[in-house]
Amino acid sequence: MTASTLTIKDLHVSIDGKEILKGVNLEIKGGEFHAIMGPNGTGKSTLSAAIMGHPKYEVTQGSIELDGENVLDMEVDERARAGLFLAMQYPSEISGVTNADFLRSAINSRREEGDEISLMKFIREMDAKMDLLEMDQDMAQRYLNEGFSGGEKKRNEILQLTMIKPKIAILDEIDSGLDIDALKVVAKGINEMRSEDFGCLMITHYQRLLNYITPDVVHVMMQGRVVKSGGAELAQRLEAEGYDWIKQELGIEDETVSQ
Amino acid sequence: MTVETNLPVDREYIRSFSAEKGEGQWLADLRLAALEKAEELPLPKADKTKITNWNFTQFPSHTVTSEPFSSLEELPEEVKTLINMEEANKTLYIQRNQTPAFLSISEELAGQGVIFTDIATAVREHSDLVQKYFMTSAVQPDEHKLTALHAALMNGGAFLYVPKNVEVKEPIQAVYLQDNSEAALFNHVLVVADDNSAVTYVENYVSTVAAESGVVNIVAEVVAGTNAKVVYGAVDNLASGTTTYVNRRGVTGRDARIEWALGMMNDGDTVSENVTNLIGDGSFADTKQVVVGRGSQSQNFTTKVVHFGKHTEGYILKHGVMKDAAKSIFNGIGKIEHGASKSNAEQESRVLMLSEKARGDANPILLIDEDDVTAGHAASVGRVDPLQLYYLMSRGISRHEAERLIIHGFLAPVVEKMPIEGVKQQLTRVIERKVR
Repeated sequence: MTASTLTIKDLHVSIDGKEILKGVNLEIKGGEFHAIMGPNGTGKSTLSAAIMGHPKYEVTQGSIELDGENVLDMEVDERARAGLFLAMQYPSEISGVTNADFLRSAINSRREEGDEISLMKFIREMDAKMDLLEMDQDMAQRYLNEGFSGGEKKRNEILQLTMIKPKIAILDEIDSGLDIDALKVVAKGINEMRSEDFGCLMITHYQRLLNYITPDVVHVMMQGRVVKSGGAELAQRLEAEGYDWIKQELGIEDETVSQ
Repeated sequence: MTVETNLPVDREYIRSFSAEKGEGQWLADLRLAALEKAEELPLPKADKTKITNWNFTQFPSHTVTSEPFSSLEELPEEVKTLINMEEANKTLYIQRNQTPAFLSISEELAGQGVIFTDIATAVREHSDLVQKYFMTSAVQPDEHKLTALHAALMNGGAFLYVPKNVEVKEPIQAVYLQDNSEAALFNHVLVVADDNSAVTYVENYVSTVAAESGVVNIVAEVVAGTNAKVVYGAVDNLASGTTTYVNRRGVTGRDARIEWALGMMNDGDTVSENVTNLIGDGSFADTKQVVVGRGSQSQNFTTKVVHFGKHTEGYILKHGVMKDAAKSIFNGIGKIEHGASKSNAEQESRVLMLSEKARGDANPILLIDEDDVTAGHAASVGRVDPLQLYYLMSRGISRHEAERLIIHGFLAPVVEKMPIEGVKQQLTRVIERKVR
């Protein structure tokens, strides 16, 4: 496998006719960890949903490419098989489908018919990853996210990440609602993925996550655009000083996406 | 469109058909009386489904002769998958169209006095027993046109009798195979569990040929004596050209239990009634039913528990998935008669529609004529949640496969609670085939 590149150019996205993203530019390469920070309502989650192809979000302008392939032409499942992954802020609950059956279907969707992963290999791998993420073994046989606590859902997203091994992952507020012990476990799972072949975009409100997963690049989003980028030290300054200095610097009064 | 309502048979035909089968006079008389009723009685009321144009009465032939199977090896693959070929000492009846084609009964059961045979043989050899229960306490011939027609034209089925105090451990199985598109089937299943007995019966209706205008009319009667337990499993899987009327009904003695595990997997238009009359005090009924509708079929499912005895309990759990342009009505009725105090009627019906053209409707009905009771119902009808699809697809799973997972998931909570292991496995396979 070689390093992939996700390139986002001048991305405009609307939901129900309202424009949320107003020209986002980003490039994430294999081996890089990016963080997107910003106050509520600035378009961070919209960016992740648009990249994955959420049915409610409409891209009105701009492009998303993965290694030169037009992502916007692809169905959601094709995007995933091309190498994208989104750990969702609010994963769906699906009754009657066990976590294990779901994950096996996900893995087999990337393999040819007749070349499905062997049950033994799958179970061994799932057991190992669940150990890493300190998940109860019985969660393999529970219905997908049904009745999971907030923390269990987040771990389950990271379990999927480590089993599916995408080229580029977007983690949408993977840290929200986690206590510090759970956050450390989730960070351990994400850090395990670090390699030249894996790029990651973390969307977060909190610097706290970045104490455990050091980003190479930090972006600040306001008003539906990336307004500032820097190194890990940018996140630390945001944690210490808040966002006001950026608003002042850029002459922004209301950082949220306005009509 | 109007459908010919004149019956394709007359009194003379019925008389000679009955004589040919060597039936007693009582049954010949019952058939002839029913034939007259069939002319005048209306169709059953299938709430919210218009069935007046459905073909229940016109069929190419009432009698066809089929070759019996001399060994299980000769069975078509579709049937082999339904039975446990490994088990040597099984109790199994296979009917090919209308012909008894295979029968084995374990020595142990025969030794205990259990009777299991085709209905025609039972009528000849156990006439008194059959006469006592045949369309007397559960289903009456004169309820409507289709029960009358059934009584007049019955041309297949099975009889199972479990004597007092006999508990049958292994499930008893019957397979009704339709492999002749000309054959109309009027199948009667009579299960009598005498006091303190217990039995599990599993049946399969399966077509291996498509019929253009197949007619299947099934009446199954279950009589559970005092403190008896009957678990009745069925997987119906008849072909798309076949119009089916199926009526499975039970009556309970004191402290008796009837549990139904029904997989309604027909591809043709179907009217299904499943009723349990809880007569005896302290008796219990439980129905679990799953449905997959596809193509352009229309189906109507009424599941009903009527509480007559005190301290009776009735539970109904139905989940259905409608694909393509399939239509289904789910009527669930819990009825508590005056005097049935301390009874409990619970029901849950859920319908999932997978396409814009699919239609489903769930009608929970509680009819209560007694104060001192408890009852509850839950019903929902909805389409596949697009966010669930998005979530599954975001992991690389194709839309088709995602829908397949959601369908299995929707039906699994009912399938997994089915009281018969073999029915669970069969259903899982049939569902898989229907949603692939």
